[in-house]
Amino acid sequence: MTMPYYVAPEQVMKDRAEYAQKGIARGRSLAASIYDTGILIVAENPSRSLHKVSEIYDRIAFAGVGKYNEFDQLRRSGVQHADVKGYQFSREDVDARSLANLYAQFLGNVFTHEMKPLEVEILVAELGEDQASDQLYHIAYEGTITDEDRFAVLGGETETITERMAASYVDGWGLDDALKAAVGALAGPERTLGAGDLEVAVLARANGRRAFRRLDSVELARRLG
Amino acid sequence: MALPLFPPGDDPGPSFAALLRRTDPQAAATRFGDVAPAMTVRHGTTVAAMRYAEGVIMAGDRRATEGHLIAHRGMEKVFPADRYSAVAIAGAAGPAIEMVKLFQTQVEHYEKVEGVALSLEGKANQLGQMVREHLPMAMQGLVVVPLYAGYDLRRGAGRIYTYDVTGGHYEEADHAATGSGGRDARTTIKLGWRPGLSRDEAIELAVRALYEAADEDSATGGPDLVRGIYPVVATVTAEGYDRVTEAEVAERFASLIEGRQGGPSL
Repeated sequence: MTMPYYVAPEQVMKDRAEYAQKGIARGRSLAASIYDTGILIVAENPSRSLHKVSEIYDRIAFAGVGKYNEFDQLRRSGVQHADVKGYQFSREDVDARSLANLYAQFLGNVFTHEMKPLEVEILVAELGEDQASDQLYHIAYEGTITDEDRFAVLGGETETITERMAASYVDGWGLDDALKAAVGALAGPERTLGAGDLEVAVLARANGRRAFRRLDSVELARRLG
Repeated sequence: MALPLFPPGDDPGPSFAALLRRTDPQAAATRFGDVAPAMTVRHGTTVAAMRYAEGVIMAGDRRATEGHLIAHRGMEKVFPADRYSAVAIAGAAGPAIEMVKLFQTQVEHYEKVEGVALSLEGKANQLGQMVREHLPMAMQGLVVVPLYAGYDLRRGAGRIYTYDVTGGHYEEADHAATGSGGRDARTTIKLGWRPGLSRDEAIELAVRALYEAADEDSATGGPDLVRGIYPVVATVTAEGYDRVTEAEVAERFASLIEGRQGGPSL
């Protein structure tokens, strides 16, 4: 009978974290920011049909980076969870906080108990009544959940992108300023990103019950000027 | 509540009803057991729809009855199903409103899960399946008959569907009405309808149809001038669902009534 080698738990966790981080860093990044009348989510994504940013519920949006099939499954269960909850109770009772917690629990569970951690990082955004009550929950591959109150950056090279975002962030800025800053932060000094390389969506207070709206390439090109 | 996660081969897909059966069988069960047919439950009554130049218009009175009593004076029977379609209901109010809620959720659920909206035909078909599932309750006297109308973005035209209790759905050419006063409403629309009605003319005709229905049918409510309650009128065009303001509907009724005063008493 062969005995399995002993591996220290620290080493197991470290290996898993490294594996997940590598997977996430392979993909392109994403930035989200609160602006005066809503929440903006900008993803670097050349695909028109495989979305990184989507609608979960009336005032809740979802964004993911990393492995598409993995975060898309999380998106689907988010929609299913929210719709069932809204149907059983009321539309007002569906909130981002509880959904973000469920995601965090699930990601944490997979990270510790499964062979392979999920190679994803996700964002759950909820539009509030005013700018102060807007919420951004950033959930990492191992289930760490952080509540951001200005902007969030997901994916690889987050440090440099975060620095660039922080440098240009102005409290209560408008959509156009936020969009230009986010695109600039994602691109960095050496590249320029055009409307065709981006997937952009907003949760806007002006949109009525379903606050989620995608910005098409025509509008995007106009706004980026 | 846990996050609903299903293995790939066992996922309920974009169907909300299938999802609900999996996650909450209690809420998905619609049968009430043996309901005595004689029991009186709230009923909603007249709803009508017609095509006009820009799309479709839908209207419904506000009265709910329980036997021969008025149960509610302000009930709404015309609802947006999604951005480009509207559903109106006649029949037992409780299950009908529940059906609308399920239908609205289903249409939106599909759109969010799949990333594209269902076609108008697909939505009409879904509603038909819900009516068919309701058949056991309809047999016990709790009949629900919806009316569905929307703007077909692919064809660029308004379309109307009527239903029967078995879930059969039939596309109507130009106009339709259902409920206890549906017959009178339909006759009024039939006499006044012509292709390419303007928005104003369509609202006028819809308001007249409900007025005539309320005039002949005790279960249909007319304009309630005392309480300021007027029927719901909504249009669906390429711009989406739009409810006509209560003030505008009130104005139409005011001019309609003015024209009738001092006329023949029949």
